[in-house]
Amino acid sequence: MPDSVMTLDMLPVGKNARIVAVDWAALVEEEALRLRALGVDVGSKLSVSHRGVFGGADPLALRVGRMTVALRRAHARAMQVTLLENGLESGQ
Amino acid sequence: MSRWHKAALVGNPNAGKSALFNALTGARQKIANYPGVTVERRGGRMILPNGAPIELTDLPGSYGLQATSPDEEVTRKVILGELAGEPAPDVLVIVLDASNLEQHLVFAQEVIALGKPTVVALNMIDLAERDGLVLDPKALSNALGVPVIPTVAVRRRGLTELGEAITQAEGHAGDAPHPRARLDLAERRMEAHAIADGVIISESAKHRLHSRMDDVLLHPWIGPVFLLGLLFVVFQAVFAWAAPLQDGLEGFVGLISDAVKGAMAPGLLRDFLTDGVMAGVGAVVVFLPQIIILFFFILVLEATGYMARAAFLMDRMMAGVGLSGRSFIPLLSSFACAVPGIMATRSITDPKDRLTTILIAPLMTCSARLPVYAVIIAAFIPNRPVGVVGLQGLVLFGLYVFGIVGAMVVALILRRSVTKGAASGFIMEMPKYQLPRLRDLGLGLFQRGWIFLRRAGTIILQVNIVLWLLLNFPQAPKGQDQVDASFAGHIANGLAVALKPIGFNRDIALALIPSMMAREVAVSSLATTYAVAAGDDDTTAHQLSAQLQKHWSLPTALAFLAWFVFAPQCISTIAVTRRETNGWKWPGFMLAYLFALAYVFAGITYWSAVALGF
Repeated sequence: MPDSVMTLDMLPVGKNARIVAVDWAALVEEEALRLRALGVDVGSKLSVSHRGVFGGADPLALRVGRMTVALRRAHARAMQVTLLENGLESGQ
Repeated sequence: MSRWHKAALVGNPNAGKSALFNALTGARQKIANYPGVTVERRGGRMILPNGAPIELTDLPGSYGLQATSPDEEVTRKVILGELAGEPAPDVLVIVLDASNLEQHLVFAQEVIALGKPTVVALNMIDLAERDGLVLDPKALSNALGVPVIPTVAVRRRGLTELGEAITQAEGHAGDAPHPRARLDLAERRMEAHAIADGVIISESAKHRLHSRMDDVLLHPWIGPVFLLGLLFVVFQAVFAWAAPLQDGLEGFVGLISDAVKGAMAPGLLRDFLTDGVMAGVGAVVVFLPQIIILFFFILVLEATGYMARAAFLMDRMMAGVGLSGRSFIPLLSSFACAVPGIMATRSITDPKDRLTTILIAPLMTCSARLPVYAVIIAAFIPNRPVGVVGLQGLVLFGLYVFGIVGAMVVALILRRSVTKGAASGFIMEMPKYQLPRLRDLGLGLFQRGWIFLRRAGTIILQVNIVLWLLLNFPQAPKGQDQVDASFAGHIANGLAVALKPIGFNRDIALALIPSMMAREVAVSSLATTYAVAAGDDDTTAHQLSAQLQKHWSLPTALAFLAWFVFAPQCISTIAVTRRETNGWKWPGFMLAYLFALAYVFAGITYWSAVALGF
């Protein structure tokens, strides 16, 4: 379903998605390492749980498995996600 | 045995390692630094069930052996025995968060693959159960090939079993390691997923308390307002709750001083004890309640997991001055003390970010400034209610805000000049919310309070003795002012020439010299100076407030407050900056820019106040 592929920063809050591609070159090396260590990588199932303060879009809080990970929109923009159909069940 | 065997706690951040460490070692712990680096080393003695002691180290939390921060570098080197002066641990205790198994197993596999004697503590199993997770520790043990002990550090569950497992593993301490096949990150993650699947017996979709708490606390509008309100409550509490305790301590010091006066014959020795030691050290010790209350809040915010939420909420604002939410935690810690604050910058991965944060950390109003602010505010600002808060509390809050705004402006300028570089990122795990445990809190407060008292008993005492000697010699001929005749008076008179334009008198110049050691020394120095100047007969000699009102004008007092917003008068901060930046360049820069700002802003304050006719 190519029409449901978007960058992570466009993913609406609460919708489940899977990361299908990451433009690692767009990220600083340490940040890429840290994201992978936190389980944010190709294949990860996640959802956006919170975003921004005072109406801004930065930063984002992701639910990855049983963890919450904060990152910036700039990082999220480097990741392609695809929507998962059953929106209620969250990761494993 | 030539030496005690060593065990080390290893694990991801937020696995509950520190709580487990506290539970295993009790109060028998020592906090120091690793040799050659500035990463905090927490070590302690643990008594195994068979009565033998073992040295236990709490290694910094790490996501993998491939280090991305100085903390992780230390963990890697200690585990591999590559850190000079730090023998490799004989037994590794991997601490896993039971409710975050899949994630934490990624690093655990990497450590187990080293083939050293290893035990796994399946920690916080109660929280996992609360979340509706039922786990099978045996299955985990089979999958990993090492013993797995379910533990609840905060309830002391499983500690004996863990001790027994460590004893057993210790028996193999001398064996050569049997390294196993090393998997790469992707393989380890797949394996972790498979293991976690096999270990989780059942998982009910209970609504999780902490995601609901996040809905409120990370709410785009409610969250920041809550944080601001919380910070305001903290600072009001520091001032209001501490007052009765402080009065009590003050009375106690006065009682001792009077008792000494009654028991000893008048003379230099008695003066030395009452004016030099008690007036000086007593003036600082009475601030113990405020420091304890401030640290209480900071420790609670850290232990509950709220600190990371505060970092999330502050990230946008910090990004505005070229920093990230990560800088917020070191900066908030700097409200207690810049030294742990600057040390906490090690978790900031970007070097330019980190340097900027170090340079502005001394602008956060640390607890050592509280004595200075409190004394001046109490003496010069009327205790009038303004709406629901007092004017004194409001002025104190204003000084905090002044420091924060100053820090933000400085950061903005630094990020565009001396620490120019690419914009930094913000990636951070949000730990689960947890109730803080009283024992850990108490231990943390005791350690902080003890450090403060030790400083009062050593550095501050020594400085005061020297100051007292300089103030009393040479002795003035009868009828002349003792301070003017003394060595200290001569030095201060010289310095006072430079400080006169910003409204500082000789007594202030006198207090500023020794308070290079630590800011709170300014209070004790002023107390000592006025006690010496007043002599024995003056009943108000030991009431610093009255003395200040007599000798200082309001503009001078305000300028003095403005000075201390900026002045980097703390030898420990300078020393830790030198250590953290590996040289004298940045502490030198810090000293120069902060003294320049202190001079300018004290001057502006003084002349504005004079012009307004205060």
